[in-house]
Amino acid sequence: MSTTHDRVALPPVGAQRTNLTCHFCIVGCGYHVYKWDAEVEGGRAPNQNALGLDFRKQLPPLTAIMTPAMTNVIKDKDGRRYNIMILPDRGCSVNQGLSSTRGGQLAKVMYTADGVGRERLRNPRVYVGDAWFDTSWDDALGLYCGVTKKILDSDGPAELVFDCFDHGGAGGGFENTWGTGKLMFTALKTPMVRIHNRPAYNSECHATREMGIGELNNSYEDAELADVIMAIGCNSYETQTNYFLAHWVPNLLGGTVAKKQKWFPGEAAGRARIIFVDPRRTPTIAVAEQVAGNDNVLHLDIEPGTDIALFNGLLTYIVEQGWHDGDFIARHTRDFDVTVPANRLSLEETSRITAVPVARLRQAAEWAYRPKAAGQRTRTMHAYEKGIIWGNDNYLIQSALVDLVLATHNVGRRGTGVVRMGGHQEGYTRPPYPGDKKIYIDQEIIQGRGLMYTAWGANPFQTTLNAEQHRAAILHRAGIVREAIGKARGASTKDKVDVIYDAVKNRGGLFLASINLYPTALAEAAHVLLPAAHPGETHLTSMNGERRCRLSERFMDPPGVARADCLIAADIANSLRAMYAAEGKADLSMRFAGFDWKTEEDAFNDGFRAAGTAGAPPIDSQGGGTGYLATYERLRAAGNNGVQLPIKEYNDGKLIGTEMLYTDNKFDTADGKAIFKPSPWPGLPRMVADQRAKHRFWINNGRVNEVWQTGYHDMYNEFVRGRWPMAFLEINPDDAASLGVSAGDVVELFNDYGSTYAMTYPEPSIKKSQTFMQFGYWNGIAGDLVTPWTDRNIIPYYKGTWASIRRVGTVADFKETVSFKPRRYA
Amino acid sequence: MGNLVSRRQFLKLTGGAAVGAAAVSTDARAAASADAGGAVLPYKAKVVGKAGLLASDHAVAFTFPDASSPCALLKLGTAVPGGVGPDQDIVAYSTMCTHMGCGVSYDSAQRVFSCPCHFSVFDAEKSGEMVCGQATENLPRIVLKYDGKDDSITAVAVVGLLYGRQSNIL
Repeated sequence: MSTTHDRVALPPVGAQRTNLTCHFCIVGCGYHVYKWDAEVEGGRAPNQNALGLDFRKQLPPLTAIMTPAMTNVIKDKDGRRYNIMILPDRGCSVNQGLSSTRGGQLAKVMYTADGVGRERLRNPRVYVGDAWFDTSWDDALGLYCGVTKKILDSDGPAELVFDCFDHGGAGGGFENTWGTGKLMFTALKTPMVRIHNRPAYNSECHATREMGIGELNNSYEDAELADVIMAIGCNSYETQTNYFLAHWVPNLLGGTVAKKQKWFPGEAAGRARIIFVDPRRTPTIAVAEQVAGNDNVLHLDIEPGTDIALFNGLLTYIVEQGWHDGDFIARHTRDFDVTVPANRLSLEETSRITAVPVARLRQAAEWAYRPKAAGQRTRTMHAYEKGIIWGNDNYLIQSALVDLVLATHNVGRRGTGVVRMGGHQEGYTRPPYPGDKKIYIDQEIIQGRGLMYTAWGANPFQTTLNAEQHRAAILHRAGIVREAIGKARGASTKDKVDVIYDAVKNRGGLFLASINLYPTALAEAAHVLLPAAHPGETHLTSMNGERRCRLSERFMDPPGVARADCLIAADIANSLRAMYAAEGKADLSMRFAGFDWKTEEDAFNDGFRAAGTAGAPPIDSQGGGTGYLATYERLRAAGNNGVQLPIKEYNDGKLIGTEMLYTDNKFDTADGKAIFKPSPWPGLPRMVADQRAKHRFWINNGRVNEVWQTGYHDMYNEFVRGRWPMAFLEINPDDAASLGVSAGDVVELFNDYGSTYAMTYPEPSIKKSQTFMQFGYWNGIAGDLVTPWTDRNIIPYYKGTWASIRRVGTVADFKETVSFKPRRYA
Repeated sequence: MGNLVSRRQFLKLTGGAAVGAAAVSTDARAAASADAGGAVLPYKAKVVGKAGLLASDHAVAFTFPDASSPCALLKLGTAVPGGVGPDQDIVAYSTMCTHMGCGVSYDSAQRVFSCPCHFSVFDAEKSGEMVCGQATENLPRIVLKYDGKDDSITAVAVVGLLYGRQSNIL
């Protein structure tokens, strides 16, 4: 689709209006969906359109956002065509009427036969001979469940491998994590599960949770109240856009001083200062300098992977200065005394390791941790994301950071918090994981173990570490099954199950199913594709980075016979239940009971709302034990502001939630005391250091503003695809010159683990011998270069790999059509 | 139907898309016709300058298609896609950011338009492509025609919806 529209249809007065939470990033901006007959338009006078705006004249700036990408014409199953318009909600406290470039295209990506969603799976598909063919749910489930049952009966659940989402938003939500979780953990009882972006079933926040602090412990409003924001390994203008624009920027501009004075009477209040910890000068830093002025922005541009040393140096220094909160430490924490000596690092040594001058380290400590006045502790909010999550030892960095936060009591007070910024929204409700250890699933697959693999809302071809080797193993093993299927002409489903089982059991094969919106890159290897639905086509609840839970309402039919993930899980369970019942195996049949759901609301009631109630099985839920208070009806009434979990009560027709955790200094440990954790600086992992020694360039990588996740919609969206036809590589212009490449040239990046291609994007602020590559893309895969090293909890170090680069050549198309202007606002 | 105006009625009232299309360049019409819901409206052509009088990299303000739609006319000095004039280097854009309508300013060093409100940046040399930012549309391009006989530059249409409008023609 091009962007040449020069008029749009307005929703008429009385057009259906429903709530939609943007299903892309963690922030979860509130939107309104207008839907009305495609043959009808509202008029331009304010009393003639549902927006109440006067389009007979030019709207002033900042009045509203209404772009062609916010419109579409969809067709429901009744054959009727409808206009839709999806606009940001001014009444939503999260985004306050702002739209990001991703959420602003929610309407455009909804399914139409010739639009962005044209490649969506409308029907289940099976691989037959050498091609994909559409088939019925019955046929596809007969094959999928037939192979599942054969393996379960013959080899046990540990041969059934899943790569499954565990989050909120699209490809997630409380309904769907429950549906899939109940299938995998209660019914199938398999421990062989990895999560969509990492190779095991594990938290990304082990350390902070063990220390007694959940990772989402404040409100977006706290960013408006902070004296200092410490932004660590997060690029929030690009990846948590409207949290940054609607809540950080006003504070950086000084626009929330009156609010601070009201909240904290008698306390010094001014515009916020911001400290960035990031090896790269990100687009967010450039924006912050514009907004706050250079004097209020400090960039600690550490050497890659040295965060632990930085936090330990700061901890040592602030304790030496006496800026720690001795009273809080004594009354509400444990193990401070053993942690401070274990983490001790002088500022000089910290500077040597991080390459940040001592003066700047000292300045950061003074800004963030020196009390404002006697009895007035600085309110510093610590925000972190993939720089830590995918950093040099996730567990130790988080420990070192939270040690610093605890020592300075920057949690549980308004205007503080130590919070991950997040990628997707959250939406976790599952039975307990049925294993007693973490399993490095990718290595299991590479080593030939596991007989069947279901990728569910996941694309490990683009989003894992050591991706090339992992992909090669799957392609090889799935190819064995494809060959066997190809020879089974005319075979019944039962016979085909036997053929497939022989290939996986006796010949090293792997049976591969993918459950997703699109075929995705997995279609190169898979044998069954099952069509899923996404928000707007299904009701869905999730929570954002301040635990704000909303009901995102269904307003249109999914394409073809696509289904919500929870209902697909139910279909699988019910098919298996019937198969076992037919064999008279009542006990096994009962394992697959409890999936008699007609709608996604049934799944919500069965999981999220049942957690913690009398008679319910154990359920790990982000709604806690008060999820039962949230009905769809009550959430619908709560609109785009929803309720912040955990819910405290339902009172006077309203759900009352929790704005900030730990305000009572009672932490999530057995005795309520937060725990310091020794985390001495370990250096780079050997495997990573070896690549650094052999290869010239550090390949930093991450998400970019315009693209959501793997680009599953965006690869069909000309606005995005035209901008990024290939993963781009930011590189210092001098380095580019030394390689003989210029903007738009294609380069190969390679090391001992893999190789991939990228599009050269010279950027002067990138340091020499460093680069930044777009992560998880469909054309250029940074994960191919990432070493298989993980921390103790099997969390990858995606940000830490080194590679060599060579010029491949010039793609004239890229040079002619793609902009290579600076992405840092100046 | 009450206050509703049907699409058919709208086309009647405005003279219809087909009539409008006759007034614009083939380029704009071809691009627009591919879009469901797209249209090319009956813009009234307007002379906006003389090629020989334009200084390189200096944005000249004008309005099109009406007085409340600020635009910028640019001579870039090197030929670009969509450029007109003797050197195929003259382009024009709306200067209302497509995101929320704030005025974008021209940075002659980088040849980009930058929005101070939410920091979107658009490339003047690449048909207004968003370089980085929160817009969902590139900067609307003003379709220009060059007449070698009198060196005049005429604005004839707009590619892309102007901020704050249901239709580019009020």
